[in-house]
Amino acid sequence: MAHSGISILFEGQNFHRLLAGFGVTLRVAVIVLLIGGALGVVLGALRTLNRRWLQVLLRGYLEVFRIVPTVVLLFVVYYIVPQAFGLNLSGEAVAIVTFALWTAAEMSDIVRGALIAVPRHQLEAAEALGLDRTQQFRYVLLPQALPIALPGTINLATRIIKTTSLLLMISVMDIVNVGQTLVEANAHKHPAFAFWVYGTMFVMYYVLCAPLSWWAKHTEKKRLEVANG
Amino acid sequence: MDWSVIQSSLPQFAAAFWLTLWLSAVGIAGALVVGIAASLTQFFRLPGLHQLATGYIDVARNTPLLVQLFFIYYGLPGLGIKLSATASGLIGLVFLGGSYMAEAFTSGYNAIGRGQLESGAALGLTNGQLARYVVIPQGLAAAVPALAANVIFLIKETSIFTVIAIPELTNTALDLIGLYYRSSEYLFTLVVAYAIILIPLSWGLTTLERRVRYGTFGH
Repeated sequence: MAHSGISILFEGQNFHRLLAGFGVTLRVAVIVLLIGGALGVVLGALRTLNRRWLQVLLRGYLEVFRIVPTVVLLFVVYYIVPQAFGLNLSGEAVAIVTFALWTAAEMSDIVRGALIAVPRHQLEAAEALGLDRTQQFRYVLLPQALPIALPGTINLATRIIKTTSLLLMISVMDIVNVGQTLVEANAHKHPAFAFWVYGTMFVMYYVLCAPLSWWAKHTEKKRLEVANG
Repeated sequence: MDWSVIQSSLPQFAAAFWLTLWLSAVGIAGALVVGIAASLTQFFRLPGLHQLATGYIDVARNTPLLVQLFFIYYGLPGLGIKLSATASGLIGLVFLGGSYMAEAFTSGYNAIGRGQLESGAALGLTNGQLARYVVIPQGLAAAVPALAANVIFLIKETSIFTVIAIPELTNTALDLIGLYYRSSEYLFTLVVAYAIILIPLSWGLTTLERRVRYGTFGH
């Protein structure tokens, strides 16, 4: 019976452990967003400069991260970094490095797109008014580029959260891994338990990502309304 | 890097390569069908169905494929629904991909001028005829870039099938590493295998986008 499974979810420490796993998932997602996001802003700004070699290099960086699946990148860092640099990284550190590099690549494209979407004459007008480079950036470029970059950035955040489900593969005790452990300990007695554990996991990811997606849609709609009058 | 290690693993990688292509092709075809159906019910606001499509897209896009696969492959047997790994993987990929394809089609339909639809309606076209002769031909052209991005995305997502032990490329590489501890060789082969699929495909899709754009604007 299905209901015999759900009660085990709240027995002893089970639900608490699942939440702790979710905490690990969240922590990794937040750190990745902060590090990867910051790096992505810098790389994106660099890509708007008129330096051919820099553009080729950073475009290549983006393409590598777009072609190779994130799972594969994760295992490349997991196996190669300890060998090549003699570093002994924890699974969580490996995941943060990999996901942050991937996030930076995606973020650089969002930032570049937003910066070049601001019409040239805006900057020329600012210069004509006597604004210096910092002022141009602060009062002209940033206020116009930010609304363009916002929906994509929020969507990237949901993609980061969803990507953290891969943590399981390098043995980090994230929510998926904890769930799997709980199922292995209980499923022989109550087969329906697996349904409830994986169902809970499903709901937890949804609860985290859906509001962000709605927010992204809302900001995009508002931006288009402003842009189209 | 030991080339002989790579060479002796090539038959396994070749089998995995074709399996990855087959899974991707079936999954993408299914996702396109689901995507067209879901987006059309939304576009014509078919009573009952369009709320269902909106809910489905919302759920599928906001949960990771890995969790979807765990739910289908390990969770559903608890309710007596047992599916093979391949069936679970394909259902997961179609479930996820259908929602992404639906969004791509919707953005394409939104690019169609209102006048086109009003003219169609004025001519007495039914919803089915509007879809067949007005919405899909014009919407499809506008949706091509987003559809192409989804195709690449879904092929990469097949790498997640490794968690339910489908012997596609990633799973094969990880299995070989587990057996022989030659991580550099097998990971290198793995990356090359994905590059062989994805680089020519992404060039092809870019060319297609360009041709469709000419088609749309009549150059």
